[in-house]
Amino acid sequence: MYGWIWRNLPGTWQVRTAIALALVVALCAVLWYLVFPWLEPKVQFDPGVVDSTPTAPARPGAG
Amino acid sequence: MRMLIRGLGELCITAGLVLLLFVTYELWGTGRYTQQQQDSLGKEMIKEWRAPRVTTEKVRIGKGLAMIRIPRFGASYRFVVIEGVELADLRKGPGHYPGSALPGQIGNFVVSGHRTTYSAPFNRLGELRAGDKILIDTRQRQYVYKVTDRRIVKPTDVDVTAPVPFHPGRTPTRRMITLTTCHPKYSAAERMIVFGELSEELPRAATPAAAQH
Repeated sequence: MYGWIWRNLPGTWQVRTAIALALVVALCAVLWYLVFPWLEPKVQFDPGVVDSTPTAPARPGAG
Repeated sequence: MRMLIRGLGELCITAGLVLLLFVTYELWGTGRYTQQQQDSLGKEMIKEWRAPRVTTEKVRIGKGLAMIRIPRFGASYRFVVIEGVELADLRKGPGHYPGSALPGQIGNFVVSGHRTTYSAPFNRLGELRAGDKILIDTRQRQYVYKVTDRRIVKPTDVDVTAPVPFHPGRTPTRRMITLTTCHPKYSAAERMIVFGELSEELPRAATPAAAQH
C-alpha cells in the first residue's frame, strides 16, 4: 500500500517526501478534528461517578 | 499472496498508529470541548446571576449551577459546576448530583468530575489535605467548605452520596460537600471521595473571583 503510494508520487525524492508528509498531516487533522470528536462520545472511559447508573436509585432525604 | 500479507501488515500498523492518536486525543484533545462549554456556560451563569432573581428559579440539567474553586490547585483553578452527572453533563465539567443538597444547604452537596480527559477537573483531588478550602460561589453567597476526609471506595458505593455519608436514611444535620472522581488515574476501578464541611458563608460580592469571565 505505502509502496504503491510512494511509487505513484510525482517528482524527485525531495518532492515526494514533502507530499507524503503533507498527506500524513492532512490525515491526522481529519482524524483529530472530524473523526475523533464524533467517535469520542460513543466510547467513554473514566466516568468518575459512584454508581454507574446515576439516575436509578432514589436517594432518601434528598431535596 | 505476498502482496496480500504485506498489505495486511501495513493495515495493522496503520490501525495501531490511529489508535495511539485516538488515545492522545482522549487525554488531551477532549479538553477543548470542555473548555468551550465551560466558557459559554460560565458566561450564561454570570449573566443570570446579574439579572434579577426569579422566584421559580430552578437549575436545569446540563446548565451551570455554581462555580467551584480550590485554592490549593492554584488561583486560576475554576470550574463551572454543571447540574447532572450523565456522561453528556460530565463532558462539560464537574457535575452536581441532581437531588443531592444545593450549596450551603443542610445535607450533602455531591459533585463528580473527571480525573483524566475533558480538562480533568478533579485530576489533583488526591493532593487535598484536611483543612483545605473548597470555595463554592453561587448567585449571592460564597460557601467555604473545609476538607475533612478522603476515602477510596468501590464504584458501587452510592452511600457516599447520602445526605449523611455512609448512613443513607439518616436525617442530616451538617452541611457537607462530597467530591467524587475516578481512582486510580486512567482507571475506573475505584472512586476517590473527598468530604468537606461548611465552615463559612460569605456574600459573593466580596469576592471578585466569579465575575471575571
